[in-house]
Amino acid sequence: MDKTIASTADAVAGIDDGATILIGGFGGSGSPIELIHALIDKAPKDLTVINNNAGNGHVGIAAMIEQGLVRKMVCSFPRSADPRVFTQLYLDGKIELELVPQGTLAERIRAGGAGIPAFYTPTGYGTDLAKCKPIEEFDGLMYVQERWLKADFAIVKAELGDPMGNLTYRMAARNFNPLMCMAAERTIAQVSRLVRTGEIDPQQVVTPGIFVDGLVEVANPQQEEILNQIGAVYP
Amino acid sequence: MNEVIKAIKLSNAQIAWRAAQDIEDGAYVNLGIGFPEMVARFQPEGQNAIFHTENGVLGFGEEPKEGEEDWDLINAGKKAITLNPGAAFFHHADSFAMVRGGHLDVAILGAYQVSQTGDLANWSTGKGGVPAVGGAMDLVHGAKRIAVITDHVTKQGDPKLLDTCTMPLTGVGCVTRIYTSLAVVDIEDGQFVLRQKLPAISFDDLQKVTGAELKIKARVDDLIAPEL
Repeated sequence: MDKTIASTADAVAGIDDGATILIGGFGGSGSPIELIHALIDKAPKDLTVINNNAGNGHVGIAAMIEQGLVRKMVCSFPRSADPRVFTQLYLDGKIELELVPQGTLAERIRAGGAGIPAFYTPTGYGTDLAKCKPIEEFDGLMYVQERWLKADFAIVKAELGDPMGNLTYRMAARNFNPLMCMAAERTIAQVSRLVRTGEIDPQQVVTPGIFVDGLVEVANPQQEEILNQIGAVYP
Repeated sequence: MNEVIKAIKLSNAQIAWRAAQDIEDGAYVNLGIGFPEMVARFQPEGQNAIFHTENGVLGFGEEPKEGEEDWDLINAGKKAITLNPGAAFFHHADSFAMVRGGHLDVAILGAYQVSQTGDLANWSTGKGGVPAVGGAMDLVHGAKRIAVITDHVTKQGDPKLLDTCTMPLTGVGCVTRIYTSLAVVDIEDGQFVLRQKLPAISFDDLQKVTGAELKIKARVDDLIAPEL
């Protein structure tokens, strides 16, 4: 079995207009910047993007939004050090936002990957974000029904990957990535180092290869925080 | 009145210091982004909490020296952090299982408003702009104690402790204790119960800047914080 893909351009080739995409990362940590930039080069339109944030500066997801690829963001915190790109379009009514509490976002994605269509959480009960959602009492406390979240594609960043698709993550760059791998029709990972099958200790695998459809090596990946410090703009 | 309060009130650092005195050794603690992060600096000698951050780190330490940041090692506020011995990484669903599942001992959050029934408003002023909630709505559920640190009044001098919140809620009936710039107030049975107050303010004056009745159930101690 060999799931490796030669280039980032090949990796995103199947992502077309109107697709829903889970994009891994929390801020810059675990953000698949090179895959995002390859997607900007391909330039599909009307995308729905699911990520904790709505981009920062003029690279990564912010650049996707700036280049007009995104119709809707699903996120918990569309603010950042420099959120101007999203903020302006949102205030002009040119981009949609579905605001989801962070833990609910994570669990909806996990549920999507685990075949659980809905679940109940205490989060959001009695707030504006739970309006119109079913509520239920369990053991004397009130809970809100939330539905699974799935996507056509997931693009994620991992540290090590092997041709079977097994992945490990570097420090807190793990965040949403393992969940997103589970919840898409097609999951593509950029890995900082591609190793031979058998080289990753099975005890260290975080995302088993069954959740990954394709992976591409991007050695020495760029980091959003560093790009923003130097004022980088993509493309 | 507002001028008098400005002259006597605790600084943010002093409020954070006071909140830190109640964190037990070995407690699992989440500090909200911004002002609450300051609480970590003021742990009493020999009392070491284990800090949780939403993006999947347990047991993080101080911020790194400038130039030594690793941007794969950040907290929920996207600030660079370091690790203490015994730290652990995990994905976002496990991180919020720790939150909602009741595994944290304490969560400390900021507030726009808190009601006497423990409702918290801290994510939206309701005035428009771009809404952002992050992990606040999750954090108010699950931790054994949900504490708020806040100025007692707004910049305009209006009460932040109210009978009912007027801003959009983060959670209903979730707050258990409030550390303010003037007092320490518990929420018990739908009432504000005064535990400590600055010696420089009278009970009557404190009541005037509080938007619901302050009950006294036991002795009210002096709230005294060191100069910081």
